[in-house]
Amino acid sequence: MSFLERTLEGLHEAMQRAFEAEHSAASRGLLQQIDARIKVLGLFALIVAATMSRRLWPIAALLALAIVLTALSRISIRTLVSRVWIGALLFTGAIAVPALFLTPGTAIGSLPITRQGATTAGFLILRVETAATLAILLVFTTPWAHVLKALRVFRVPVVFVAVFGMTCRYILLLLDTAHDMFESRRSRTVGTLSGSERRHMAVASAGVLLNRSSQLSGDVYLAMQSRGFRGEVYVLDDFRMTLRDWAALATFAALVAAAVWAGR
Amino acid sequence: MHIPDGYLSPATCATMYAASAPFWYVALRRVRKALHTRLVPRLSLFAAFSFVVMMFNLPLPGGTTGHAVGIGLATVVLGPWAAMLAVSIAIVIQALFFGDGGITAIGANCFNMAIVGALVAYAVYRPLAKRWPVVAAGLAGYAAINISALLAAIEFGLQPLWYRDASGAPLYCPYPLSVTIPAMMIGHLTIAGFAELVISAGVVAFLRRSDPAMLQGGASSRPIPAWAALAVLLILTPLGILAAGSAWGEWMASDFSDPAARAQIAAQSLHQPPPAHAPQGLARLATIWTAPFARYAPPFIRGVSFGYLLSAMFGTGLVMLSCLTVVRLLR
Repeated sequence: MSFLERTLEGLHEAMQRAFEAEHSAASRGLLQQIDARIKVLGLFALIVAATMSRRLWPIAALLALAIVLTALSRISIRTLVSRVWIGALLFTGAIAVPALFLTPGTAIGSLPITRQGATTAGFLILRVETAATLAILLVFTTPWAHVLKALRVFRVPVVFVAVFGMTCRYILLLLDTAHDMFESRRSRTVGTLSGSERRHMAVASAGVLLNRSSQLSGDVYLAMQSRGFRGEVYVLDDFRMTLRDWAALATFAALVAAAVWAGR
Repeated sequence: MHIPDGYLSPATCATMYAASAPFWYVALRRVRKALHTRLVPRLSLFAAFSFVVMMFNLPLPGGTTGHAVGIGLATVVLGPWAAMLAVSIAIVIQALFFGDGGITAIGANCFNMAIVGALVAYAVYRPLAKRWPVVAAGLAGYAAINISALLAAIEFGLQPLWYRDASGAPLYCPYPLSVTIPAMMIGHLTIAGFAELVISAGVVAFLRRSDPAMLQGGASSRPIPAWAALAVLLILTPLGILAAGSAWGEWMASDFSDPAARAQIAAQSLHQPPPAHAPQGLARLATIWTAPFARYAPPFIRGVSFGYLLSAMFGTGLVMLSCLTVVRLLR
């Protein structure tokens, strides 16, 4: 596969992920009906609890909980496997497997693996899979704009929240622009390009994209000014807590407390 | 390069968030001052560009391909402070929505790539920018990505030293510094570093021909104040804990009666055994003054690395206060 196809595939995959997340967030699953602030707070706290645990079983229990929440939120296990587990397992597995043999400790039977090596590899893989599953639960059950607004619970300055929101929107636009640029270049390419020509093409594409971003930034600024923007940023905070949200908050708090207590 | 969740301990993650926060605060103040009402659209567009350029597959000599992070390029075009914010925003969005890098590790990833990366890129680019802008941009990108990788390797390598369970199994990244540094640096000094060099130098060469005005941002920024470099050095002080033993000649009276310390003194002194007891003068004078932060470990702090950091902050503050007093007296 040439670098053009690889880049196109990467860009396409990012756009597809964004589309899938939006589609999934619109369905009527369990987590989709809960206030975005509670989900951001609760799922972040669960990730921290998984990271803090000094025992394996509480992390495994959190992973099981994340899988149950995934099913209840109408996210297919296939999405979970293809979007999270395989990638995380391949990347972390490549790092964790040598630890089985390299970590000093007591050998397991006659195998060249130590007990400590197996434990540390287990910690690494379980933690990564659990955290990645909990993180995808947030973005697949909440519209991205709501996730960013909910960051205000962490006291993220309002200007950053506005910048995050605009960045997300323009990432999709620039992904589309870059995709079109590479697609049109591929359709005009006949024969094989030399290494130096391919480098030139990639670098020139990045340069053109930078130019377009700069021009777009000027256009967007003028459009904002013409609509009355004078530098003050306001974020519409339309979140309302219901009884269900309070119950979800209490459940998350209990789960986090139990996970921290069990993993201490 | 993007550290996922689970590789770093919560304490390390919290420290890296705390280390990044002042830089974000100062960068936001400076950028807001420079851009006024243009801040939101300009930062958003450049953060979006940083995100997309990270997905470009770059063909490299030898038939391989690599991804660039674009730290050098962002610094050259935007200047260090705006680049710090734009790349940080791209990293946060990657972690939150695209699963690239961990949510608990956002502080560490931003510190390594966006903050230190931008400062290093700027330090390399600025002196060379007037004469050889293309070479300067390439070297800035290369240096930035490699220093960022080195920081990530150090953070990984410190984990097994500090965090193990009762059986001795490492709780987070299991490899020591002797493994993490070569493992990270080999790939970054060659493939990733070269990708960063090609994209930074190539795009700057392209912009010099097509839109030279865009290159004014990085070269015209005000110099980075000394406090930024000082802050980075302060944060890195706990690395001193890794140095085993004490320096030659810096022995305490009690070291002469401790068998392990005696063996160390002998090993450091061409295997000449030290005297059986501490020299009388040393034993007498050693009790005259007891330092409040003896061996860089304040007695009221339990954490070794935090004590080290606190000692470094206290010492630096004292030195700065002394210098200010001398300057005032000489006026």
